[in-house]
Amino acid sequence: MEKHEYPQLGETLYAQTLPNGLRLRVLPKPGFRTSYAAFATNYGGAHRRFTIDGQTLDTPAGVAHYLEHKMFDLPNGDNALNLLTANGADPNAFTSSGMTCYYFQSTHSFEENLRMLLHFVSTPYFTAETVQKEQGIIAQEIRMGEDNPGTALYYNLLRQLYAHHPIRDRVAGTVESIAQITHETLYACHKVFYAPSNMCLCVEGDVDPERILAIAQEELPRERAGIPSADFGEEEDLLPVSTYEKAAMPVSAPQFLIGAKLRPATAGEAALRQRLTAQLALRLLTGSSSPLYTRLYAEDILNRDYDYEVDFIAGTGTVIVGGESAQPETVLKELSAEIARVGTEGFDAERFERAKRASYGARLRGLEDFDNVCVSMAEGLFDGFCSLDAPLLLQSIRKGECEDFVRQALAPERLALSIIEPKKV
Amino acid sequence: MELTRTEIMPGVWLNHLRSDKFKTACLSLTLLTQLKRETAAMNALIPYVLRRGTTRLPDMEAISARLDELYGTAIEPVVRRIGEIQCLGFYASLPEGDFLPGGQNVLTDAAALMGQFLLSPATRGGLLLPQYVDSEREKMLEVIRSRINEKRGYSVLRCMEEMCCCEDYAAGRFGSEAECEAIRYQKLTKQYRNLLQTCPVEIFYCGRAGEKEVVSAMRDALMTMPRAEIDYEIGTDVRMNALEEQPRFVEEALDVTQGKLVIGFRLGECMEDPDLPSLYVFNCVFGSGTNSKLFMNVREKLQLCYYASSVMDTHKGLLLVASGIEFDKREAAQEEIFAQLEAIRRGEISDEELHAARSGVASDLRSVLDSQGDLEGFYLSQILDGSDCSPLELAELAENVTKEDVVRIANSVECDLIYFLRGEEADAEDEEDTDGEA
Repeated sequence: MEKHEYPQLGETLYAQTLPNGLRLRVLPKPGFRTSYAAFATNYGGAHRRFTIDGQTLDTPAGVAHYLEHKMFDLPNGDNALNLLTANGADPNAFTSSGMTCYYFQSTHSFEENLRMLLHFVSTPYFTAETVQKEQGIIAQEIRMGEDNPGTALYYNLLRQLYAHHPIRDRVAGTVESIAQITHETLYACHKVFYAPSNMCLCVEGDVDPERILAIAQEELPRERAGIPSADFGEEEDLLPVSTYEKAAMPVSAPQFLIGAKLRPATAGEAALRQRLTAQLALRLLTGSSSPLYTRLYAEDILNRDYDYEVDFIAGTGTVIVGGESAQPETVLKELSAEIARVGTEGFDAERFERAKRASYGARLRGLEDFDNVCVSMAEGLFDGFCSLDAPLLLQSIRKGECEDFVRQALAPERLALSIIEPKKV
Repeated sequence: MELTRTEIMPGVWLNHLRSDKFKTACLSLTLLTQLKRETAAMNALIPYVLRRGTTRLPDMEAISARLDELYGTAIEPVVRRIGEIQCLGFYASLPEGDFLPGGQNVLTDAAALMGQFLLSPATRGGLLLPQYVDSEREKMLEVIRSRINEKRGYSVLRCMEEMCCCEDYAAGRFGSEAECEAIRYQKLTKQYRNLLQTCPVEIFYCGRAGEKEVVSAMRDALMTMPRAEIDYEIGTDVRMNALEEQPRFVEEALDVTQGKLVIGFRLGECMEDPDLPSLYVFNCVFGSGTNSKLFMNVREKLQLCYYASSVMDTHKGLLLVASGIEFDKREAAQEEIFAQLEAIRRGEISDEELHAARSGVASDLRSVLDSQGDLEGFYLSQILDGSDCSPLELAELAENVTKEDVVRIANSVECDLIYFLRGEEADAEDEEDTDGEA
């Protein structure tokens, strides 16, 4: 396998793309008892319309997630989740708008568990009956999401920002949309999206990379299949559909999100650089040590429930800032004023260097978490970069890049505010 | 990895765990005090007020700038409840010098800053600043009120509150809204000074620095700490039995689309001499994880819910089963949950179930060694239990838990209270009977 050294981080990464197209990454961690594997497909809730071998297919909302639930069923009646658990592993899976990921961690029998993971994810087995059976469980999961103000607010914001991109819709779909899903739908989508060429495997732990490579070669299909191309609809402009919306739910205080759309860099290092620039710019603009946040915190307009993120999912880029505040409109006004000020005056040079240090330290901390390392690595692979390059690349980001980001991406006409107010009883 | 424990000042204990595995080190400082309804909110507020400003770094902007300089060292207030012991203090995560571009060691600076937070807050006339106290009080009130936002956690909390309505446990980590509202800076300063003098203090460090280096950094940081007679008389009142003969039932209504059923049990007489590995394995067989009886039956077989799982508080002796269901499925879910407990009592545990539970528990315990946060929590909890078992020793014990051990725990468990959160559209007459929010 190819060996990539990261001396400053004290890490060595092993990489290889198999003949079947699978991208494999192994990060050995001597001295750790826990080993972790994430097997992910570049297929999420947003991949509803796609073309493969010249044929275009439209699928109902919620298929990727439904598939994730049903993948654990094996043809002999066993359930992979139970087999892995019985073997001492801690397995699970998630579906986001951009990917589906199956993972486990274990402190013994790692190779055996890894074989099981690779086997079940590449062995589709669905019947009309088992698919029907899952509907009730998923409907309850959808209901649980409906009662969650955080999730509701997130999707309200996405609907304000995006006119038609499928990222607007809940990953799990709706009770109505999942009723249209049959075992045939699941087989078709598995065939298209679960080919090794559309997937990656990231492993971290006290393991031998060559052994992992051998297991992947033995367990997965040999042939290299074509890669589907997703159709997310016409490219959206950068203005929100609606700049201000309010809804009500049983919450204790108003919850709010401020968002803006970005044009994502295509792929590779430019994509990583864009992420790092955006994150550093947001840290400087509104992070926990920014003058804006510390002032609004002291004035009791903001509390500890406040954060920012920038997401790049299924061809979209979205800045999201928010939390809880009795005066969300004031927060937007103050944030806009700070954006304007940074636009003309720029960031303070000393503060910029400090923020870079802090960001480096935070990334170091992120490396402690196997789950975070492997999932970020998979996300990066689908976008053509290596997430382990982030701490070093960060050091080359210039102040001017962050200022440009603020001027362009956060221009006043591009911001949308979404609020969930306490429901009056 | 071997834990060493040293008393570095009267009643101040340093727990040191040397490890080269991590890229960051962890350093925590915890004051231990008895959880009481009257003082819970005040105690909980103290670390947050202290974190607002020190004599040298008077506001949050100055503090954050300093932390950023130390490569994003994080020092955050932490308030926990372990059984009926309230644990308050700070948790720091600091990058190891070996991975920093300049190679500098931030331990001494981080320890000094933690000492400043604890001992040298910004004051006027010797009193904590009223504007910081008022501001943090309002923020904590928001946190207490925001429990309702997330219904899964809210319903579990409500069940515990109702179940332990006559015990201080019900005060929760942060105390009640009413107690919090009443906090003023003079009284809070007095309580702060009192805690500094009397609380046992547990410091935990895990990282590359040797014990001597950490002891010296913490001694310097805490040099001015006033100590009086230490109050070691802290502990948890474990009630073995349900409050009433029949399980109590509490129902609440909110504008929700999914109902939440939470069943509260006392772990019962097995708490006289709690056998942790057996308790963990029992919980795993019953309701924790995807091989548990609750997951396999309430979710997979009957498809009543997306989640049905159990959690325990082994300090207080509680077991809570929580599930999200359609409003009209409450009785069916409840019946199945009790049926599964009965099955364990009858010894209906297959070899596969027992094996899966044992190896799951053992694996969880072994993986504690790979996370500093988990190590910190594990050892604090062990210290409060007066136990010196390592995660590996407990893991080994878990692997030897027998079916009889599990059955014994199941037979000891006693249902105390059933809580149900339902939607609002039910008829108004029912609403009259509903218990309001405490």
